[in-house]
Amino acid sequence: MSLQTLQERIRDAAGRGAALRLRGGGTKDFYGNTPRGEVLDTRVFSGIVSYEPTELVVTARCGTLLSELDATLAERGQFLPFEPPHFGAGATFGGCIAAGLSGPRRASAGALRDYMLGARLIDGRGHVLGFGGQVMKNVAGYDVSRLLAGSLGTLGLIAEASLKVLPRPPSELTLRFEMPEERAIEALNRWAGQPLPISASAWHDGELHVRLSGAAPAVRAAAEKMGGERTGEEAFWTAIREHTAPFFGGPEPLWRIAVPPPTARLCLAGNQLIEWGGGLRWLTSDASPHTVREAALRAKGHATLFRAAAKPAAAFAPLDPVLMRLHRELKAAFDPAGIFNPGRLYAEM
Amino acid sequence: MLREEEDTRPYECDGLTAYRQVPMVVALPETEEQVQRVLQTCTAMGVPVVPRGAGTGLSGGALPPGNGVLLSMAKFMRIVRVDSRARVAVAQPGVRNAAISEAAAPYGLYYAPDPSSQIACTIGGNVAENSGGVHCLKYGLTVHNVVRVRGFTMSGEAIELGSEAPDAPGYDLLALAIGSEGMLIVVTEVAVKLLPKPQCARVIMASFDDVGKAGQAVADVIAAGIIPAGLEMMDQPATRAVEQFVGAGYDLQAAAILLCESDGTPEEVEDEIARMQAVLERSGAARMTVSRDEAERLRFWSGRKAAFPAVGRISPDYYCMDGTIPRKRLGEILQFIAQMEAKYGLRCPNVFHAGDGNLHPLILFDANDADELRRTELFAAEVLEKCIEVGGTITGEHGVGVEKINQMCVQFQPDELEMFQAVKAAFDPARLLNPGKAVPTLARCAEYGRMHVRGGKLPHAELPRF
Repeated sequence: MSLQTLQERIRDAAGRGAALRLRGGGTKDFYGNTPRGEVLDTRVFSGIVSYEPTELVVTARCGTLLSELDATLAERGQFLPFEPPHFGAGATFGGCIAAGLSGPRRASAGALRDYMLGARLIDGRGHVLGFGGQVMKNVAGYDVSRLLAGSLGTLGLIAEASLKVLPRPPSELTLRFEMPEERAIEALNRWAGQPLPISASAWHDGELHVRLSGAAPAVRAAAEKMGGERTGEEAFWTAIREHTAPFFGGPEPLWRIAVPPPTARLCLAGNQLIEWGGGLRWLTSDASPHTVREAALRAKGHATLFRAAAKPAAAFAPLDPVLMRLHRELKAAFDPAGIFNPGRLYAEM
Repeated sequence: MLREEEDTRPYECDGLTAYRQVPMVVALPETEEQVQRVLQTCTAMGVPVVPRGAGTGLSGGALPPGNGVLLSMAKFMRIVRVDSRARVAVAQPGVRNAAISEAAAPYGLYYAPDPSSQIACTIGGNVAENSGGVHCLKYGLTVHNVVRVRGFTMSGEAIELGSEAPDAPGYDLLALAIGSEGMLIVVTEVAVKLLPKPQCARVIMASFDDVGKAGQAVADVIAAGIIPAGLEMMDQPATRAVEQFVGAGYDLQAAAILLCESDGTPEEVEDEIARMQAVLERSGAARMTVSRDEAERLRFWSGRKAAFPAVGRISPDYYCMDGTIPRKRLGEILQFIAQMEAKYGLRCPNVFHAGDGNLHPLILFDANDADELRRTELFAAEVLEKCIEVGGTITGEHGVGVEKINQMCVQFQPDELEMFQAVKAAFDPARLLNPGKAVPTLARCAEYGRMHVRGGKLPHAELPRF
């Protein structure tokens, strides 16, 4: 299907005031508030538009499989440094950007939004708009393409996007430490203040795993300095990223609590797994949403109800009235008829 | 408050001195409450407000309103805290960029973005412009290194964007505010990420007998899987101007030189320098010198960082451009610039953030000669439009301001410009904050005669044309 067909579908829905549920492979249907509306399948617009390894830029259409993109980059020794979770074989590029999620490398390499260079969007009037571009530095106009990262398709259909890519680090290894939670948080923050090539961390149940990435001599030197036991399993990090590790398998609701990295242990009932040098606390717990959100707020962070069989609360932490007004006005500017994924991000919009 | 012309005149322009306007009033608030009151009062009276940091901007973003208030944030110069454990510094917007790294130095930390003007420019101005620097290929721009800002909307509502915890909920309004050229909010506090200072750094100075070869060498380094900490290029007219000024030790016989830096642990740097030398050798470098110590490294960089003032010494005036292009089009654009030099009879040395494709051609002219100024503006407009044509952008890091507002009409379609106006209106419905900058009205584009016309259909036929 061509871009024009998608534009026509959107114009038609806008004319009828019919809600559209933008959907790729459906691997992240669980994320955000419950989706509603007629499904508009974004997989019909797919393919890698351009990839220039020496420019460090890839441009692809929304329906492109994330696995296809990963494989294309890998052929040239490159990758998406923010390690986006796929959550299933059908994950698409457009869905990846709309969800805005980053994986284990987030604390050192940055988030998905840090790699956004440009996007083509179909807005609620059916217009195709281009923002940003395919170059590393671009300050012409407001940074709308970064705004789209994590917008959950509420501003428009992200038809195409350009991301910065990087060479894969030549060498990686994983260290394992026996460590109680408080000491792990302390050690991760101390290490992060030193020039060590840490690219991922995960603490759970008295075990801390730390991944080092970079030039072989630097990785070796850091491993000697830090101690611990070498494990070197890439599969471990894939299981953390994809939530296939046993921690994520329980029946309780899964919370994603973001806090300033040095935040002390969060005293909440349930199980915790800590990533991003202390900045991300996964919690599986039956604790009330109010209790979890209050604990996050006290730590100057925020809690997302990430995955639950039946969601007892809104997925995302509420916004203050000024921010909510800005959200609604931006939403109205991009999607005047309010047709794109209504309620998926916040019930009010 | 400053009202007398002798007091307000120093604020008549920023680093783009070709545009001047004495402001009606200059406000120098010292507290957030005062900022809020200025904004509330101006909103009530319908008076425009233009925020200003150190005034080092190069695109006229802080050009004052003739009929409004210039809001100088110069008295907001306190570093609120340096949290070495969380690796975050919180600073008021009038704090100088370099002062943040100085305050973080005792903890072995620093703030990475280093625009050439870093000894003078302020963090508030960096937020407004999304400033880069010579190390942003590896460490990112302001948008990658600021985690939270606090401030006010034009109507005086308190607002906080981003968070010291990762990934604040909702839309990424922080990304929207950074680089918005002071048109969405007034910032009163900025929280930045601090990084561990690399243990050591060394730079290779490589000479090339051909500019095109130097450009290809840049692509070859990246194709080899290396992201240098800095990767800069200067052509011969630029190195000659610089050498007279600072004596950086550049190879003046070379058609172009590359500065290629590696930083990290000693093991990492040694390994990377060897790999980069091997690549540059294969790419045809005629000569290579690796900095032996920190003093030599800083000397090699001193020339690059002093390029603008050095050029200022060989010409009464210069005009700095800021286009970004895909790196592979470098040879083509340099050839185009050479043609423009002949066409307009003006010289144009080139300095270039080669790693990220950001060009800074410097057109030399004499502002007292009205015709030279006119030719300079035409020269610059042609180069910027060529940048768009090859798939780049009119501004990589200096901003649109008042300077490149006409070229926005070439880079964007009317629908896109209207969306920018709608974003502006969400934050500032009365359009009182830094009005008339960065985003042109469609009427202005029509006047410039470069309205983006698709398929022969003139968009927005309802608009007045003149």
